[in-house]
Parts: sequence; C-alpha cells; structure tokens
Amino acid sequence: MTTRWFGAPVQRVEDDRLLRGHGRFTDDIGEGALECCFVRSPYAHARIRSIDVSEARSALGVVAVYTAADLPFGGVDLPLLIPHPNLTHGRTQRCLASEVVRYAGEAVAFVVAESRYAAEDAAELVQVEYDPLPVVITPEVAARAEHLVHDDVAGNVAAEMLQEVGDLDAAMVTAPHRKRLRFRYERGAASPLEGRAVWAQWSAAEHKLTVYDSTQSPTSIRGGLAVLFGLPESNVEVIAPDVGGGFGPKIMLFYPDEVLVPYAAMQLGRPVKWTEDRQEHFTAVNQERGQVHEVEVGFDGDGRIVALSDDFIHDGGAYTPYGIILPIITAAQVPGPYRVPNYRVRFRDVYTNATPTSPYRGAGRPHACFVMERTLDAIASELGVDRVEVRRRNLIQPDEFPYAVGVAWQDGNRVVYDSGNYPELLDRALEMLGPRPGGDHVGMGLAIYVEGTGVGPYEGAHVQVLVSGKVVAATGIPSQGQAHATVWAQVVADELGVDVKDVEITSGDTRRFPWGVGTFASRGAVTAGNAMHIAAGMVAAKAKQIAADHLEASPADLELVDGRVRVKGSPDRGMPLAAVAVLSNPVRYAFGGGTEAATQFASKPRPGPPLQGGEQPGLEATGYYSPPGSTWASGCHAAYVRVDPKTFRLEILKYVVVHDCGRVINPLVL
Amino acid sequence: MKVNGVEHSPPADPRRLLSDHLRHDLGLTGTHVGCEHGVCGCCTVLLDGAPVRSCLMLAVQAEGHEVKTVEGLARDGSPLHPVQQAFHECHALQCGFCTPGFVMSVVGLLAQHPHPSPQEVDEGIAGNLCRCTGYASIRRAVSRAAELSSPLVGKSGPQGRDGAR
Repeated sequence: MTTRWFGAPVQRVEDDRLLRGHGRFTDDIGEGALECCFVRSPYAHARIRSIDVSEARSALGVVAVYTAADLPFGGVDLPLLIPHPNLTHGRTQRCLASEVVRYAGEAVAFVVAESRYAAEDAAELVQVEYDPLPVVITPEVAARAEHLVHDDVAGNVAAEMLQEVGDLDAAMVTAPHRKRLRFRYERGAASPLEGRAVWAQWSAAEHKLTVYDSTQSPTSIRGGLAVLFGLPESNVEVIAPDVGGGFGPKIMLFYPDEVLVPYAAMQLGRPVKWTEDRQEHFTAVNQERGQVHEVEVGFDGDGRIVALSDDFIHDGGAYTPYGIILPIITAAQVPGPYRVPNYRVRFRDVYTNATPTSPYRGAGRPHACFVMERTLDAIASELGVDRVEVRRRNLIQPDEFPYAVGVAWQDGNRVVYDSGNYPELLDRALEMLGPRPGGDHVGMGLAIYVEGTGVGPYEGAHVQVLVSGKVVAATGIPSQGQAHATVWAQVVADELGVDVKDVEITSGDTRRFPWGVGTFASRGAVTAGNAMHIAAGMVAAKAKQIAADHLEASPADLELVDGRVRVKGSPDRGMPLAAVAVLSNPVRYAFGGGTEAATQFASKPRPGPPLQGGEQPGLEATGYYSPPGSTWASGCHAAYVRVDPKTFRLEILKYVVVHDCGRVINPLVL
Repeated sequence: MKVNGVEHSPPADPRRLLSDHLRHDLGLTGTHVGCEHGVCGCCTVLLDGAPVRSCLMLAVQAEGHEVKTVEGLARDGSPLHPVQQAFHECHALQCGFCTPGFVMSVVGLLAQHPHPSPQEVDEGIAGNLCRCTGYASIRRAVSRAAELSSPLVGKSGPQGRDGAR
C-alpha cells in the first residue's frame, strides 16, 4: 500500500461549500413551504381553562391552526424512548397540551401560515386562559413534595435507583476519617447555533413522506413517523442535512414539531417548515445538568478513599421522554479514574416544573466528575496533603485493566474500563502546565476523568465502487461538524487502495442508509467508523474474488493498490477497480469507465450461471459494527486561574488538556 | 440596494428583516440566523464595508447602501477568499453554521486592521459565537488570513498546522 490515509492530516472536504455560504441547513431548504409558529405556555404550571383559536384561524395568511382537539393523536402521550425497570413513574407530554401545562414553553397551539410573519401574527391572536398552579422549580423543592408536578406521582419521584459495591456501612464505620459534603450543579441549555428545524413534504402520488430534520438521529425519526402515520418505513425518508451543532438535545425525539410539521404537510398537501427561534430553544428544547449531591466519604490518613456514599437528586424536568439515562450515567461515573472499593450510590429522578431533560454535552458526566474532584480537594484540605498527591494515591494503576467498577452502565452492561494510563495523564498535564504564575489569588484547577464512549448498539455502512472507479459510502448517522465525510473517506480509502479524494461519504440520509442509531455520546468514529471499515473490507474481498478468475491468481495473492487489483509481487498483473466494478454486474451491456478494461477479460467465462449461489451483483457491500461495550476514554484538565477578590471575576491564566483518545484518524480535526 | 454588486429592490413589507430578505427573498442562505437578537453574529454581513447584524436591520434600511454577503466573497469555481482559505487551513470551522458570520466579521476587521494585534483579533471576533468552541483555531485563522491578504507573505504554510494534505 503506497499511502496510509488513517492517521494522516487530510484537509476537510466539507469546508469549501460551508465557507462559500453553500451549506444546506434545514431552514435553507424548500422555499415556498408553509411556515409555522407555536403558541407556548408562559406559565411553568397551570391548568388550561380554555383555548380560543377562532380569531387566529381567520387571520390574514393563515392556513391552519391546530390544538390538541384537532389532532387524531391529540390525546396520545408522546413515546417514552428508553424505558427502565426503575423508572416506575415515567411521564411524557402530548404534542399539544389541552389540560395542564407543566413547564413554560410547553406547546399549546400550532399555527400554519403562508409566511413566518403571518404565523407569528396569528399566534398572538390565540386566546388561552390559564389558572396558575403552584410551581415546583428546584430539585430540593421537588423532593420535599409540598406540591406535585403530576397529580398521580407521589413525592414527585419518577425513578429511584440504589447500587452498592463492597460493604459501604462496614467500611465507613471503620474509616479513620469521614467527611460529609454537599454539591449543587446548575441547569444549562445546549444552544447549538442552529436551533431545531423541520421541513416536511407529502407526495400523495407516491404515498411518500419526506422530512428534513435538524436531528442527531434521522433513522429513529423515520421509524417513529412510520409507526405514527401507519406507513411502511420504505415510504418515509428522513434526511439530516447540514446540522449546525447538536450537543445532545437533537438526539431527542419526538419534539412536538417533529410530529406536527409532517402531519400538517400530509393534511394540507403542501410542504411545511418550522424553524425554532432562540427564545423557544431556551424554553422548549431539553436541558440538563441540575443535580444536588449529598456525599459522605471515608478515607485513611494518607487520603486514600475507603468508602464513598453519594445520594443525589436529579432535576428531571416536567417529563421523562428520554428515560433515566442521565442519572444512571452520573451514578456510574462518580468514581471516575479513582479506586473506590466501597461505593453506594442512590439517586432520585424528580419532576420539576421546568423544561424536560435529556443528554447534553457530557450527559451526566460533568456533574459526576465535579463531585469526585471536589471530594478529593476536601480530603486534601482536611489532611493538609497536596491535592495532586491525594489524586495520585487514589488513581487506578495501569496494570489494573480491565477494571470493573461494579455499577450499571447506560447500555445495560456493567462498567468495565478497558484501558488507560491515568497517572501518566496527570504527569503530562502537570508538566505542560508548568510552575504556578506569581501574584495573589491564583489557584490551580485540576480534574481527571474517564468517559464511556463508542456506546452501542450498532451502526452500519454501505460501500460501493462505481464503474467509474469512484467510491461512494453511506451511513445512517448524521454529522454536526465531526468531519464524517473526511475521516470515513480515509478509512474506506485505505481498505480499497484508492485516493481519499475518490471516496464520497453520505451520512444521515435514510434514502442512502436506513439503519442505525444516531450521533451522540462520542460514538460516531467507533461505531460508524468500524462499520465503514467492515463494509469496505467486504468490498475489497469481493473485488479480489472477482478479479482472481480473470487474473488467474488466488484471491489471497491479490492486493488493492492505487485504484487497481493486482498480484502481490507482480504489480503489472492487475486490473482497475473500475473494471472489477463492471465485471461485478453480469448484464449484457457494460457501462462506465471500466468497460474497456473489463472487456479484455470477458473472454474467460465461468461455467454455471452468471450469478452463482449467494453472489450478488455490484461491487458493493453493507457491513455493521456492534461493540461489545463502551470504550473508555480518559483525560486530565489543569488550569491556573486568578480570582478577583472583589468582583469574583475569573481570569484563566493557563489551561491544558491531556486526553487519551486512542488512535487518531485525522489530527487536523481533533 | 446593491447586494454582492447586483441592484435589487427592497421588499414591499417594510418590517421584513434584512436577514430574512437576503435568505428568503434573494436566496442568499449563506447568511445564517442564530438568535435574532444581535448576540450570536451568525447573520453578519458587510454594509458599505463594515460588519453589521442583518437580523437587527430592516431590509428597507439598506436602501441606497451596498450589502456584501458571504456568497459575494469568492465566485463559484474560483479560489476561496483569503479569509475563507485561512479558515479552511486552520480548521476554524466544524459544523459551519457560525462560519459565514465569522468570515464576514474578519473581512471587516482586516479591512480596518490589516495586521491586527492579538487584542484586536479578540475584539474583532468578540461579536460572534461558536458553540463547537473552536475559538483557538479561529484566532489562528485570523492571523493566517492577515498573512494571506498581505501580498508579500501569502504563501507560507498555516500556523501550527503544517504538513496538511
């Protein structure tokens, strides 16, 4: 092989059109579509007394106004995506609320008009009468349960889960030192710069629904819409075009608009588009992070942890559409890179009158890391031992892998760290950080973490060599800037021995690849990247099989180099991949760039039918990769920060990151 | 108003935002809308050469002025504008949604300060947000753009990213 693309600094192929303003984001698509506006609750908790849309319906430019009463599925709860036995009181919202609203921003009515301006004008004419109800707004208040978010959920507790490793009570009682700590982590919004957006078109002639969605999971949206509208999946196409950042909340489905926009398009027989504005994003798109942790830690005189108990409340928001993945991840990741021989963790996922929660950038992990690192700081402070030294004494050592933490992971498996060298992360970070700068009020921040990535269940890929010799490849998961089109081209190019420029990648388009899960949890390179590798390997094997007959060689003696299949050691004995692609399809007529090269070999027919048992036409293959479990990344961040003692303004003087990311496919896009 | 050198009539609706007019009336969808209240900078265009937020202007206010959008920087098929080229070389974009706004801000910055100091670079891009958090690369790209825009030293490799293929 003359060139190895894996690991090479290949410039991104995505950049040119994005830089020229020729990107294709959902709101850029489909001029002439009807546009929409939601009427959303201004109250965090209220009973709806009445909704009057009559004036809005007759407003200029309005095509339709929907309330729950107008929808055949108006009384149906949206799906609960990831059920769990501990989620005993899961609740999801409806597309449009008709009785009670449980967070400010919950959708009540949906206006479709000739333009966004007309839709917004009409939305202001919708009259909703509310009776405000008592509001439950923090996890602590929710846990006190003086008021309920859902009348039928006592204590506001959606889920509770208790896990224990070792013998916590015995270890805690005998611990030389004990300390109780309380940590609070605030909520936040993801706020990708492109908000959410959906465009839909129904073709009555073809009985086909086409949806463009700024989503992290077009394959799941397709599956869900097919079920909801009673269509075969083959009649639903979902495309995530360019997506302007996701960061988690775009993996959620369904948001009400993802159902209502396609529904309106089918009802009205015209394309319909909805584009979120920033205010809606802050209220109606899932958020994350709100947790309160009560920790007790037992440790010895050297600062080694012997027991850790964490009882935390997770602010779930008003509904649990995404199950309890977030607190499960937090519970699993509190110990992080440190040995915690006796660990008890309990969480309660509580309802609040706030926007629902689902994964956002880290998905439960930053809170866990914060809890552990602050606990270690407290131990260091208590004993008067250096904070770095306390960490060093507690770190899992390189010879301890695989390391079983003993708690449940988000995929249903147990947490087992596969590899790592945590002490080296710390050493390297401190070396890079260097000596502490002079001056008053300068402190060091230090955190070491592990991160479960590459989570399953699977992804797939289709790879095809065209008769031109060019290669096209597709996978189901979309890109939000991760350079899929560049890095997967590198993976495929290596397997097929072609130039990376000759490989064109499509991602996130169910027309090209209908199966898969989504882009989230740092999983794309591991899952879809391996699927690309597998599918391209299958194509390479097929190319050798086909070429072997014509080159009178064994497939094992062939190699794919420079766009050709050739005999190892005899580079002149070979044929172009393009010609193999022509030969792979035994029709009477041959088309394409490889035709001439192929015909000289056509005089050597095989006995038997042109396609023999199990053979398929085309130089193509579909492959899947399903990981046995997560692969565990790790890293260390360290910083020197100056604090202004009067204003508390923080100034970051130096910040370094060491991250063990495995084998790098392309250093330019790290 | 003139947009990318071509004369257009303003929209009939006086309340139409310049950003909506560019995107939905003229089809120039390279100008993005991220917040609609002047915070994120995605909608930045040049008005008579100076960066402005097209979401904070009515289209009719641009009458008699010259608007340049990201599509007006380099003709299709021709090489990228030096600022676009610098963003490419320095990996200063990921999802690409904030990119046109950044590029237009930097074009405006370099017109005013052809050799900006680090502080001028920070001030020049302070009005643009990148949620993929690629600011370090974007800073590098601004310096590289200044190099590429200078006729004397345009040909050396990108800073800190040498060896790219």
